[in-house]
Amino acid sequence: MEDRTILEVKDLAISFQTFEGVVKAVRGVDFTLKKGETLAIVGESGSGKSVSTKAINRLLPKKNTMIESGEILFEGTDLLKLSEKEMQKVRGNDIAMIFQDPMTSLNPTMQVGKQIAEPIVKHKGVSKEEAKKQALDLMDLVGIKNPTENYKSYPHQFSGGMRQRVMIAIALACEPKILIADEPTTALDVTIQAQILGLMNKLKKELDTSIIFITHDLGVVAQMADRVAVMYAGQIVEHGTADEIFYNPMHPYTWGLLASMPTLDVGQTELYTIPGSPPNLLHPPVGDAFAPRNEFALEIDFHEEPDMFKVSDTHYAKTWLLHPSAPAVEPPEEVRRRKAKFESLYLGKGEINEMGGEALGSRS
Amino acid sequence: MKKYIIKRLLTAIPVLLMISVGAFIMMNLAPGSPTDLYVSPDATPVQIEATRRALGLDQPYHIQYFRWLGRALQGDLGINYSTRYPVLPILISRIGPTITLMGTTLVFSYLIAIPLGIISARKNGTWVDNLLTGGSFVGVSIPNFFLGLGLIYIFSVQLRWFPTGGMSELGGSGGFLSAIHHLVLPVIVLSAFYIANMTRYMRATMIQVYGENYIRTATAKGLASEVILTRHGIRNALIPVITIIGTDLPRLVGGAIVTEQIFQWPGLGRLTIMAIQQREYPMLMAITVLSAVVVLFANLLVDIMYAVVDPRIKYN
Repeated sequence: MEDRTILEVKDLAISFQTFEGVVKAVRGVDFTLKKGETLAIVGESGSGKSVSTKAINRLLPKKNTMIESGEILFEGTDLLKLSEKEMQKVRGNDIAMIFQDPMTSLNPTMQVGKQIAEPIVKHKGVSKEEAKKQALDLMDLVGIKNPTENYKSYPHQFSGGMRQRVMIAIALACEPKILIADEPTTALDVTIQAQILGLMNKLKKELDTSIIFITHDLGVVAQMADRVAVMYAGQIVEHGTADEIFYNPMHPYTWGLLASMPTLDVGQTELYTIPGSPPNLLHPPVGDAFAPRNEFALEIDFHEEPDMFKVSDTHYAKTWLLHPSAPAVEPPEEVRRRKAKFESLYLGKGEINEMGGEALGSRS
Repeated sequence: MKKYIIKRLLTAIPVLLMISVGAFIMMNLAPGSPTDLYVSPDATPVQIEATRRALGLDQPYHIQYFRWLGRALQGDLGINYSTRYPVLPILISRIGPTITLMGTTLVFSYLIAIPLGIISARKNGTWVDNLLTGGSFVGVSIPNFFLGLGLIYIFSVQLRWFPTGGMSELGGSGGFLSAIHHLVLPVIVLSAFYIANMTRYMRATMIQVYGENYIRTATAKGLASEVILTRHGIRNALIPVITIIGTDLPRLVGGAIVTEQIFQWPGLGRLTIMAIQQREYPMLMAITVLSAVVVLFANLLVDIMYAVVDPRIKYN
């Protein structure tokens, strides 16, 4: 993996004007994406993960969206400062997207082949025949059988998995540098999900694309991600390599997420759930937004927002528990088990994908 | 598709028969008789009976109906009681003016309303949208007779720009320009509703289409907004709009009754009013059946158009 930053999001804050008031959906998000890397952004619904990534491609509705602050630097250019025309050259060409719902994301009145060829004509400036040829190759690449026949098919003639393959073909049409996948497998059943994830991993290796993978499914994260960012209430609360997040989590919210993952252990009778519900971002709480649901919350959590503490060069967490003067707490049993694994792994330098493998196919 | 069309045409036959029976029953349930109008007030019962016999009205209702049906199937739609003139040529002579009036109205309305609806939807929530939505509200609400009389007063009586009615000047040789001149006011009056109605539908449909995920996909591809509008937006918005066009089409023959009356337009609308007032049963039957045929045909046309525009719709 090259150590070259391709995308840098700095202090991004986004609000929506609604009838009830201003919703602060994203409250100061920083992350970087390196070439060829897969960054997973995880979090529950409403945590701001989709919003922050839609902002990258500037797909948020102009009417009620306010970018309060921040920069989105793509190869050094701030995308937020581009004109709409300049942005059109980035979308689909440098930065492509795959969406959650393949059933409704394709135009029902247009042949799928044409939908794949469309961005090729637009961005590569090739003839329609050439675009068609490339579209047929792409259909083959993403595993659509009989491309020549299926080129003229309409979306309703395809299953959900096939439609998501079409979406991937559209996204890959211009060999984008960044692929943003917004819960691409959530609407698919588990076997199809595994096929699509496998396909994305394969294509990533072949095309050296960087991927931002948004999901609430930690099983999927284990299968896809090099690095993970955990979002809660519009902020990134912890980020690190996949191993660090899975085996050495520091933030109580990450603990809760991991503890609420079903495992294949015999004897586990009831699934852990994080108590309470996320805060209403019409009125973001003072202090740590997770504090009211956090059994490990300290007094200070209710008054002051925690800093981002460094765990390692690649691992940061936004919790007061990492402050030198914080009391030591005992994480939940599931997390202790994971940490033990982490220590043995990093002492023994063994294979580290075992636990991730266990998490496969399970849903958070 | 061919099979489907034939099937639809065949099923239209019993529908038409039922409509003709229904129309016949309703006509005969209405109080009064045609003879009341054609016999002098001091005629003797014997004279009245003679007239009734001459018109075939002395027969039982079912005999009257089957006689009418038998003749109608041979192309004879009966005679006008008052003029003793065959119904069919009168009917045919009135179709042209009405189709001219309503055809112009519909084409004119759609040409204006579809772009207006799109603009309104794309400018959703701005003053442009508010103006167009407000205007549409006035357009669907204002009655034809009021708008018609108002326009006649302003543009014909006061300004003398347009004739008050008719289709050509008295004694004039007609001609294209004269026809246009006479068409302007009635078309404006009739269009008020169709423009307003279609603008509202087009706006609602476009707003809905622009909320669909495939528009987001098209945007994420980096397509220009004009391409998204034409290639992805309008094509999908057309599907519900076809339904509206389908319900408008039958009005090509029956949509202008009040306006034709106001503007003395020699079309089917005025013929209908005349036929009702004078109890011209054969003429009313002919007009009713003609309207039914047009409605059925328009429905079939709409269903075919669906299949053309939307690949998800297939008839087997």
